[in-house]
Amino acid sequence: MLEALSYPFIQNALMAGLLVSMASGIIGSLIVVNRMVFLAGGIAHTAYGGIGVAVFLGLPIFLGASIFAVGSALIIAMITLKHRERMDTFIGLMWAVGMAVGVVLIDLTPGYNANFMSYLFGSILAVSQEDLWFMGSLLALIIFIMTFWYRDILAVSYDSEYANLRGINVRFFYTLILILSALTVVVAIKVVGLILVIALLTIPVYIAEKLSTTLYMMMILSGIFSSVFTLLGLYVSYEYDIASGASIILISAFSLFLFLGVNRLLAR
Amino acid sequence: MSPIIEIQNLSFSYHKQKVLEEINLCVEEKDFLAIIGPNGGGKSTLLKLILGINKPQEGTILTFGETPKKNLSKIGYVPQNTNVNIDFPIKVIEVVLMGHIGTKRPLFGYAKEETLCAMGALEQVGMEKFANEKIGSLSGGQRQRVMIARALCAHPQILILDEPTASIDIDGQKQIYKLLQELNNYITIIVVSHDISVIMQYANKVAHINKRLTHHHMSQENDLKHKCDHFCEVEMFNQLREDK
Repeated sequence: MLEALSYPFIQNALMAGLLVSMASGIIGSLIVVNRMVFLAGGIAHTAYGGIGVAVFLGLPIFLGASIFAVGSALIIAMITLKHRERMDTFIGLMWAVGMAVGVVLIDLTPGYNANFMSYLFGSILAVSQEDLWFMGSLLALIIFIMTFWYRDILAVSYDSEYANLRGINVRFFYTLILILSALTVVVAIKVVGLILVIALLTIPVYIAEKLSTTLYMMMILSGIFSSVFTLLGLYVSYEYDIASGASIILISAFSLFLFLGVNRLLAR
Repeated sequence: MSPIIEIQNLSFSYHKQKVLEEINLCVEEKDFLAIIGPNGGGKSTLLKLILGINKPQEGTILTFGETPKKNLSKIGYVPQNTNVNIDFPIKVIEVVLMGHIGTKRPLFGYAKEETLCAMGALEQVGMEKFANEKIGSLSGGQRQRVMIARALCAHPQILILDEPTASIDIDGQKQIYKLLQELNNYITIIVVSHDISVIMQYANKVAHINKRLTHHHMSQENDLKHKCDHFCEVEMFNQLREDK
């Protein structure tokens, strides 16, 4: 294992795992407390359309995926603020159409042979230097926004009606949370793939929620749990030569069950 | 003295269905107004209009002589249903801090003044010991008092509560009403409530709203018979008095 650490692609993978874990810990906490898990799933799958477009036009993948993900986040924000009761229908629609667009465009791309599995289940071992820059910048942006607007985001997440009465621009912060979720989903796709993104955004967060008395504590704990699961998952994936995304998620799920079991025993 | 809330010929409808019709109502300083009436009678809608969340379609509504939006900081609001989001990882003090309108806010976090104010509000409702507890660990009555502290945080002149005792045990309810009575010494209180029998002990004015308004001034002796200007409600009130 130690010799593996000398390979640049392993170093990149570890770095990517940590950066994405921190980002998904913070944003996953917001997604969970705002009950937006299904929205995040919708955004992740819509992003696949963007991946298809990027592949077809020969653009950087992150760019295409980001544009589609942020676009879908904006549409979702608009719909939730206007027609909340129809939200699940629209998200389901975007979810499927996004995937379909991606599949069709990748099929139509000449010479591109079905590497699309890597977007579905992640390809952390193929992280490039530019990817790392993208992930690092996103994490910096998230941390900056969260420290600067923590009290507003907390108020909007806890009780948006009241926040509105206190003169906080609820629409703005709601949209901001969705956009940050979209960008986080895009980088998390690289690590665990779009099908498994939801698990990375929820499992560590769920454990952290039970142990936290404040939102920022929940964010920090989620980031730590997520990092541990990601690193363990990578190790398991390397040792037994299995897909990294899936092993990260299974480690997380296993830890969750362990946590719940211990919790139940202690409660007795 | 001019009234602090003045509502004239106010009408409001949702999707062409009239919810409120020709409401006239004045609230004066240090009033304790109880708003009662059946579900769907327009009580919550009236509150939303006073708070400036909705705009009147006909008629006018003035708080402190201006449109409601301009005076948000002078009105403290305790919404219905404080039992939502119980799992949310947040401390009592953080909930109270949300009551600030944010004019003195520093670049990051909360100003020292704001924290002191929030602690003061918690002391007012007797919850200062719980400042660092998670909100979900409190009982319904305790949580309701925290929500009142949140509303008191910005030093309002009017406190509006929507069904403050709906999901609280009887002891908790008594405490809440006692607290409101104390607060009424220096601020105006408006309570929407179903427990007519309880609220009658504390309110000096009662407004019954069922699309239209029936307004009752209550004298110290609660002598309703002579004070009610609308016969339709007299029977109900008398019935209640007999029940007591």
